[in-house]
Amino acid sequence: MRITFSEWTKSGSPWIWLNAGAVAISIIMVVGLLALIAVRGLGHFWPADVIQATYQQKGNPHTLIAEVVERDMVPADQLRGAGIEVPPGAIELPRDLLKVGNRDFGSADFVWAMDHLVTDVTRPPMLFVAERTEWGNFYGYLRELREAGNTVARHDGYDKNDAYMALWNEFQSRIDRVLEIRAQILQIEKKEIGSINHEIERLRLKQRSLELKQSTDVAKFEAIDARRAELNAEYEVLQAKLLGLYNEINRDSFIAEIADGRQVEIPMAKIVRAFLPNDMGIGDKLVHYAAKVWEFLSDEPREANTEGGIFPAIFGTVTMVILMSVLVTPFGVVAAVYLREYAKQGFITRLIRIAVNNLAGVPSIVYGVFGLGFFVYFLGGSIDDLFFPEAKPSPTFGTGGLMWASITLALLTVPVVIVATEEGLSRIPRAVREGSLALGATKAETLWKVVLPMASPAMMTGVILAIARAAGEVAPLMLVGVVKLAPSLPIDANYPYLHLDQKFMHLGFHIYDVGFQSPNVEAARPLVYATALLLVIVIALLNFSAIAIRNHLREKYKALEM
Amino acid sequence: MSIEQTTAAVAPDLDFNTPAARRLRSRRMLKDKLAAVGIAIGGVGVIIAVVMIFFYLLYEVAPLFQPARVEPWQVKGAAMEPYSLPGNGDTLYMAIEEQAEIGLRLTTAGDAVFFAAQDGKVLNAGKLPLPEGVTLTSFAVVSETSRTFALGLSNGSVLIAKHNYNASYPNGVRVLTPELTYPLGEEPIQIGNNSIDQLAVNGDGEDWGIVSASAAGLQLTKISRSENLFTGEVELSRSEKTLPAPSIELHSLLLTPDLNWLMVGGNNGRLAVISLRNTPEVSQLIDVTKGKITSLKLLLGGNSLLVGDSQGQVSQWFFVRDENNQPMLTHVRDFDRMDGAVTQLSSEQRRKGFVAVDTSGDLALFNSTARRTAFNEPLFSAPLSQIALAPRANALLAEQDGKISLWSIENEHPEISWSVLWEKVWYEGYQEPDFIWQSSAATNDFEPKYSLMPLVFGTLKAAFYAMLLGTPLAICGAIYTAYFMVPTMRRKVKPFIELMEALPTVILGFLAGLWLAPFMETNLAGIFTCLLVIPLAVVAFGFLWQNMPNAVRFLIPEGWDAALLIPVVILATWFSLAIAIPLENLLFGGDLRTWISNEAGIPYDQRNALVVGIAMGFAVIPTIFSITEDAIFAVPKQLSFGSLALGATQWQTLIRVVLPTASPGIFSALMIGMGRAVGETMIVLMATGNTPIMDVNIFEGMRTLAANIAVEMPESEVGSTHFRILFLAAFVLFAFTFCVNTLAETIRQHLRKKFGSL
Repeated sequence: MRITFSEWTKSGSPWIWLNAGAVAISIIMVVGLLALIAVRGLGHFWPADVIQATYQQKGNPHTLIAEVVERDMVPADQLRGAGIEVPPGAIELPRDLLKVGNRDFGSADFVWAMDHLVTDVTRPPMLFVAERTEWGNFYGYLRELREAGNTVARHDGYDKNDAYMALWNEFQSRIDRVLEIRAQILQIEKKEIGSINHEIERLRLKQRSLELKQSTDVAKFEAIDARRAELNAEYEVLQAKLLGLYNEINRDSFIAEIADGRQVEIPMAKIVRAFLPNDMGIGDKLVHYAAKVWEFLSDEPREANTEGGIFPAIFGTVTMVILMSVLVTPFGVVAAVYLREYAKQGFITRLIRIAVNNLAGVPSIVYGVFGLGFFVYFLGGSIDDLFFPEAKPSPTFGTGGLMWASITLALLTVPVVIVATEEGLSRIPRAVREGSLALGATKAETLWKVVLPMASPAMMTGVILAIARAAGEVAPLMLVGVVKLAPSLPIDANYPYLHLDQKFMHLGFHIYDVGFQSPNVEAARPLVYATALLLVIVIALLNFSAIAIRNHLREKYKALEM
Repeated sequence: MSIEQTTAAVAPDLDFNTPAARRLRSRRMLKDKLAAVGIAIGGVGVIIAVVMIFFYLLYEVAPLFQPARVEPWQVKGAAMEPYSLPGNGDTLYMAIEEQAEIGLRLTTAGDAVFFAAQDGKVLNAGKLPLPEGVTLTSFAVVSETSRTFALGLSNGSVLIAKHNYNASYPNGVRVLTPELTYPLGEEPIQIGNNSIDQLAVNGDGEDWGIVSASAAGLQLTKISRSENLFTGEVELSRSEKTLPAPSIELHSLLLTPDLNWLMVGGNNGRLAVISLRNTPEVSQLIDVTKGKITSLKLLLGGNSLLVGDSQGQVSQWFFVRDENNQPMLTHVRDFDRMDGAVTQLSSEQRRKGFVAVDTSGDLALFNSTARRTAFNEPLFSAPLSQIALAPRANALLAEQDGKISLWSIENEHPEISWSVLWEKVWYEGYQEPDFIWQSSAATNDFEPKYSLMPLVFGTLKAAFYAMLLGTPLAICGAIYTAYFMVPTMRRKVKPFIELMEALPTVILGFLAGLWLAPFMETNLAGIFTCLLVIPLAVVAFGFLWQNMPNAVRFLIPEGWDAALLIPVVILATWFSLAIAIPLENLLFGGDLRTWISNEAGIPYDQRNALVVGIAMGFAVIPTIFSITEDAIFAVPKQLSFGSLALGATQWQTLIRVVLPTASPGIFSALMIGMGRAVGETMIVLMATGNTPIMDVNIFEGMRTLAANIAVEMPESEVGSTHFRILFLAAFVLFAFTFCVNTLAETIRQHLRKKFGSL
């Protein structure tokens, strides 16, 4: 059917199409956003090829060894204005962001280079990448291995051959040795010395508390001193052991050639991992990829959070969310049950209902301010005065921490649970309740055995939605206890195992901190994308499980509904 | 036949009254009661806890607006009695130290008496080192902050002295030892031969300026003090200038700390300003009051001049550059008039506040920035002859009728008033009154600028741009989803968009700041082209589709148009970005972003309101979409069926029937969306520069209330004015969103009831 444009306009169809366009745009935006995060987040772990090339910078051509990170287009006119030679007739030109690494040898971590000035691009198989505990990535050719300053093995040349591979394999086995020693050091420093320090601190507090009570019980003081001497002796032993390990780990070093031809020496102790990206097959790359993802999920951050893993942040988020749900579930459900089942329905309950509903819309930062003022300074300060006078002037609960963060978020999410539970309670038919009461059950029994089980899908939904909201909330946490780098996990092997007063790390805050407060934003960016992806996945899973649980429970109690 | 018999006959084995059954019953009843009580306590507790947020915020904010209190100093609950003057002679000057424990009284006879401020016990009485036969003829306070004063002598010399308090801790108890030191030596500095009638001194450490008025006229003596590093020998070098005599009868002199200006107060209401910078000259002669000048005083920092007059008026003046870029002493504000003539002014040493006393015995506490009278009461029956304000402004020594009394002042937050928060305020060093938020600075004499207007403006600006982008997309999308889309697709699209509501805003903020902002900077033209091209492409595609052969058209059933449009929109976006560069070359000389800042002269920040608008628009879309969709979908079908049956087109039905019916719901969706945009923290924190400016320019950033709290709260001192103002900001946010949401909720409930009857 052919119609003219004016007829078509008159029917209002363009408007309908525009409305359809709005839906299409919304969907594209959502999918695009998720895709952007996923691609950038997942791409980070893939071992990219390292190129060697000549950069024809005006009057100063020099060799580059780098990973291509990003490419964008620059208008040619702008470049001409900046005095860069541009092929005639070009409108826009590609520009590459190159990661050249080797921060400790005088170069910036990243450089921008015009693509057409980067020539003679090769991918030599023996070009290696080393991830380090400091100074970021290293790129170069392996030249020599040293043990206590003496050359063990050496190879000159750039091509892959058996002699070079032998050197490389030796290099790898020495890295393995270093990794093993580092694991031992970490075990001693974090676990063993950590727990000794913890106990010494507890002894100090105990002694201070005795002094404050003006105790004259000499035996107690002596016991403390004896135990302290014991711990100090243990500490000495560990310290000696540690010294030995440090000597061991610092034994080896290697010499490598970098882009400008210099040969530099790097201690082996700094290396986390070394690989030949250009020489890796797809299988090797996959293995490497998996290892990197595992490192990301299970390791601690390095270099001001810009490298390494995010395990403490995951752990902190999960601990905080669990504590929060333990708090929010009973209180939210009790409040909802009271409002729906016990309170006299009338103007007041309607008012409360509206207020509770609206509290879900109050900005989260307001809860943060409340948490800081009331929980941290007021309650925390009072708790410190009453129970922890020995630790003063350093605050125990009078500063942000895991407990206050959980309670603040519980308060933030309690309206969600109340609203969802009430919704569930209101859906239960009167007849079911009346049936139970008619059979002689008390109100409490009816509630416990009949009403609550039937309302459980709604309750679960509420709790899971609360968890999803809490997991993504950052603004209030910034005020009540999140830090960029926590020295230890909130749960460990030292008494009292769960440290409610400790500050913790959080995925959402990690994104903010690394993305915006980091000294090397460019290097940290891929990690932020990966963290964001993880957070999105966690929250999406929580939401999906809310839907799944709701459907499952609904199915289970379907027979009851009429 | 009795009842028991009947029961027994019907159910011979059941006995409900066995002891066991009765016990069980009472236990169940008890449990029931306990549950009811427990749930009631728990429920009410939770509700109270939630409501408490409101009251706690108020509780923290309230002290900001409390008036000051001045009461006799109390020790262990007992008020201290006035005591007679320690030492002899008339008081020339009085001071009190930091802890409000020790007072200093300087007499006209040249005695310096340190005494216990609470009971007047003399701690240390001594004579100033005056030469034989020389008397005090004039006196000037150099600065209360540096505890320095100067004395003009009858032989034409000047002595500068400083009162110090050294703390020591013998046996763990703090003991203060007062002493007088002489920064320029115990030997008075000879200025001239005539006795010094008026004196003004300023300086600290190395450079000092002394202005003396004597029979020989006004003279400026500059003294530089240098100390030899090795020998510790102190050397004084001096230079002298004769100052022009202003044509007024001299009442008082005042020298600014930078030694650039001399204020000469006349016996009438006239003030002369003498510039000392190059050749000294009288730069201004102003009538500062209609009455007589009774007191001149510099405010903390030395930038503002306070003038007290015989009519009880105190006014504030500071230098503002005029059209010739010359600094001119300008009248800034008047304070509330006191009952009698102002007799003495005393500046606070930590804040921009001061104390004034008048001839009728009134004492008033003012704050200059806030133009606030924190306290003004007739505390004394007769005029005070001297007052001394403690450095922390928490204690005051007052001398009246030969007796001294010690008063405690409770004046925590004088710098806050309605006008400071919401009106333009003329701050020191500014050309004109303005709205400014600047809560802290490195220097001690900084004037805090607590105007909430830039923050509220920023909040509304961010919300406005977010709504500008989010509203059309969300509402149009909701209309289509609810009214035109096929149910199978609707069931997928709706939860999908709603899921986005759970997306943490920190992710949106980070993408906006690190990805969108740089992307937009390079592709600004492309984004604006998108706004034009995408709607055109959608309409054009719609028309083409309509004119497709039926065979093609019927492949896709009606209601799936949105799916068809996805590739169209993607192509249109790609096309817009691709043609943007040639367009830019053609129209804007290569780069729109440079053109905007260079040619059009509009400031451009990388993280600007447009970025925030898009990111936060994204955050509010699911909220608005979901509620609007519900509202439209809930419109009873028979209404639109009726309209369609009467021959209206789909679009007409939608516009004339469905949307009006659903409009309250859509309105409430917008309100809730707005509430979310106003309170959003992380997106604005990460996607704007967080500069508190007031400018509607879409290419500049802003600072919102929420982001401001997040930035400044961790660094603010507990209980300080700044801390409470941040609480006030939180309270404003709370109240605003709460009101908006309540309105929306009420409308929604009303709507639900209305449709229930249809």
